[in-house]
Amino acid sequence: MTDQELIWRIAGGSGDGIDSNSRYFAKALMRSGLDVFTHRHYPSRIRGGHTYVEVRATPDGAASRGDGYNFLLALGDSFARNPSEDAYYGNEELKPLSENLDDLREGGIIVYDSGLIDEEQVAELNLEERAEENDWHVYPVDLRGIAKEHGREIMRNNAGIGVTAALLDMDTSEYEGIMEEMWSDDILEANLAVIQDGYEQAQEFEQNHDISMPDHEEPEEPQALVSGSDAIAYGALDAGCRFIAGYPMTPWTDVFTIMSQNLPQFGGISEQVEDEIAAAALALGASHTGVKSMSGSSGGGFALMSEPLGLAEMSETPVVLIEAMRAGPSTGMPTKPEQADLEHVLYTSQGDSTRVVLAPGDQQECYEQIRTAFELAYDYQIPALLIYDQKLQGELRNVDASFFDQEPDGDPGSVITEEEIAEAAEHHAGKFKRFQYDAEGGKEGVSPRSVPGQKGGRFLATGNEHNEAGHISEDPDNRVLQMNRRLGKLESIREELDEKGNQTHHGPDEAEYGIMCWGSHQGTVFEAVDRLNDDGHSVKAIGVSDLMPYPEEEVSAFLESVEECLVVEMNATAQFRGLTQKELGRFGPKLSSLLKYNGNPFEPAEIVEGFESSIEGEELAVSNMKYVPAAGD
Amino acid sequence: MSAFSAIGEQREADEDEFTPGIEPQPTWCPGCGDFAVNNALKKAMSKLGKNPDEVLLCTGIGCSGKLNSYFESYGFHTIHGRSLPVARAAKLANPGVEVVAAGGDGDGYGIGGNHFMHTARENHDMTYIVFNNEIFGLTKGQTSPTSPKGHKSKTQPSGSAKQPVRPLSLSLASGASYVARTAAVNPNQAAEIIAEAVEHDGFAHIDFLTQCPTWNKDARQYVPYTDVQDSDDYDFDVTNREEAGKMMYEVESKLYEGEVLTGRFYKAEDRPSYGEEKRATGEMPEEPLAERYYDEDAEWERCAEQLIQKHT
Repeated sequence: MTDQELIWRIAGGSGDGIDSNSRYFAKALMRSGLDVFTHRHYPSRIRGGHTYVEVRATPDGAASRGDGYNFLLALGDSFARNPSEDAYYGNEELKPLSENLDDLREGGIIVYDSGLIDEEQVAELNLEERAEENDWHVYPVDLRGIAKEHGREIMRNNAGIGVTAALLDMDTSEYEGIMEEMWSDDILEANLAVIQDGYEQAQEFEQNHDISMPDHEEPEEPQALVSGSDAIAYGALDAGCRFIAGYPMTPWTDVFTIMSQNLPQFGGISEQVEDEIAAAALALGASHTGVKSMSGSSGGGFALMSEPLGLAEMSETPVVLIEAMRAGPSTGMPTKPEQADLEHVLYTSQGDSTRVVLAPGDQQECYEQIRTAFELAYDYQIPALLIYDQKLQGELRNVDASFFDQEPDGDPGSVITEEEIAEAAEHHAGKFKRFQYDAEGGKEGVSPRSVPGQKGGRFLATGNEHNEAGHISEDPDNRVLQMNRRLGKLESIREELDEKGNQTHHGPDEAEYGIMCWGSHQGTVFEAVDRLNDDGHSVKAIGVSDLMPYPEEEVSAFLESVEECLVVEMNATAQFRGLTQKELGRFGPKLSSLLKYNGNPFEPAEIVEGFESSIEGEELAVSNMKYVPAAGD
Repeated sequence: MSAFSAIGEQREADEDEFTPGIEPQPTWCPGCGDFAVNNALKKAMSKLGKNPDEVLLCTGIGCSGKLNSYFESYGFHTIHGRSLPVARAAKLANPGVEVVAAGGDGDGYGIGGNHFMHTARENHDMTYIVFNNEIFGLTKGQTSPTSPKGHKSKTQPSGSAKQPVRPLSLSLASGASYVARTAAVNPNQAAEIIAEAVEHDGFAHIDFLTQCPTWNKDARQYVPYTDVQDSDDYDFDVTNREEAGKMMYEVESKLYEGEVLTGRFYKAEDRPSYGEEKRATGEMPEEPLAERYYDEDAEWERCAEQLIQKHT
């Protein structure tokens, strides 16, 4: 990218307010007319530990983290453990500065809190020498001192904002406006004074860096700064979901929290329960009783949902479940992203999978696809799953506010009325045929539903194989008819999904090479594709969202049109490439993989490099990724 | 107007209405205690004038789970140990539905023990019947959570080294607001207790002793039994938690000494149900949530109007 790009990284310890301040700062940049995108890096720890958030701001679209960053605001970790040379964790107080230097671009700016980070320790980092080598511009400011002088120590982040603004020649009014929305009276006054003092002190420096606030104009229409979790929760609410049950687990907790905070005012119910087995089972119970319901979790919690998920498949109880991936196996790295739960989500639970699985690639797709999940779940009486990851759940991006101007949908799908029940097919013994082989008038394979309390609609839902009235049956002919009917729904669903067009294409149609990805790093892949094409390569990409039923025709057409295709994903065993080969049964010699599983999301330059090494048959220059060649290579 | 006209209708009901046309004859073994649960439940529901279309019976897995096939109502035959979370969500979704959950002692006190504890704690307005035969029957006779210490089975050939679960005490400690024990050999008491439990506004737990004549031949047939409310030997106040706790301990201990004590052991008169508690916090709508989906005039909140502003 050009120098018309600010990537501002605020670093400190958990509990230092990194998250809130970066959100306010991103919003201020957005209101100024820039496109923003954030990247969060944090440990599984309440207080202290190496944490940072990056805010990338550009005039013309930000859909990914960038390559490294160019502005560091190092606050110091106020919850650092006692520094000791022998401790394996090293000097935590210094880490917000020391741990972030490797990614800082040449010519970058460093601001650190000299009130917390000891100057002598800084000297040990050889900062001066490294700054000279890399043309870094270092500005130590006693942020803690400023904060204490006008208010409280916690306000030092805002002193850093003031310093940032001065160094970037940025107007502080947007940020101050946000402070005014947040605070009032003395607290507001103190915060504003802290910002101004930081601003003034930074102006004292002799400034010789080349980074400034990118060009910006008043936004054409109001923007909304949203995370993937916001978009999923809002999509669910607009889809008419009024019941959620869950158990806390990072990173799914965000959606659960947003839903729990908003459901009361939306007339719905949220239940925090004893475990994830219960959570999924509650969602089924509410859905069985006629309410649009959801649950969700992350890897380990989702594993507990396997059995209720299978029950939903067998009993044809509509439900939406979401899985927010983090690095595994087992507890893995709880706060780091990975895409290694794909096979888990596709196949977990006994028997043949009968489910819909969608993977949104950005915030707008999160909103749209959770709505699609509800629509399909309730129209087809099938579990619909949304799989996303720690990256997408927490990263913020600006979206046209008008995007959310959409109609809510309270339609419970294929439930019929008491009048219709009275006319509906009955078993010879007088029971409603809830699982009729060949119901007419509805979607293919879908038999109308009744819900408890409706007169004449009683039936038995069961995880056992069952006859048309729901009673347990092991009759071979019935078994085949019911299995075929349930599985057949996926074919109609595939047709509906084709109309929705969930796959996202990028780059020239006639390109020679392809890149495939799924889920959250779609924006990063697309940015890499643009750069590759600018550099003379001929590349296009497809971001696949429909994972089950798989978009066979669309992906086949894409792969037929290219010479070779690199499949980019955040796991170690190329699960999506495996799925593609399984579903399509060919293209093995065309597909190679670029894999990353070190806990950090791809940067665009890494994909560029991975692509170039793949077509040139060279080894990857960096060790944080893995290249797996095509079959036969 | 409600979309659920079966709910709350004043009516005369007949026991036969609760016998399904498809499977009127249960397949339990001759002499099985499970027949008694089915009969008592039918009797209680008809006595209360319930419509089979307003009742939701949720079961787990095992012989007890087959109750769903032999009792006519809306049913959800769930998975092993999970009848309670399904059932309690149904009650939250539509409080008008009469929700009953049932399962075996392995289902409720073993694999589903966590759900039992938490459903009792939350005090959902529902009835939970545990078929307690002190054995895993359908899987052919393994030691269960309520099997007595020393119980020999194919999986514990030298005899169980474990103390059995104390289901009544566990229920009380967890927070159930109605706790009773009845037995298959006592059909009238069973029907009365089930009717009381259904009428109780809170979590009503019934430990139902159901002899297994096939896999637990050594076990008592739960005769003779004593109804503690009818006996002069026992005097305690069922509304007093402390007295109830002592009584339960004695009842549980005596079962393993060969004395079968049944009756009502605890009833909290004033404790609000979970639905009431949750409505009081403002986190549950006053009207049944399910109704809204079937009301063509229902208005649905929009994120665009209520939530997007704070992101701009």
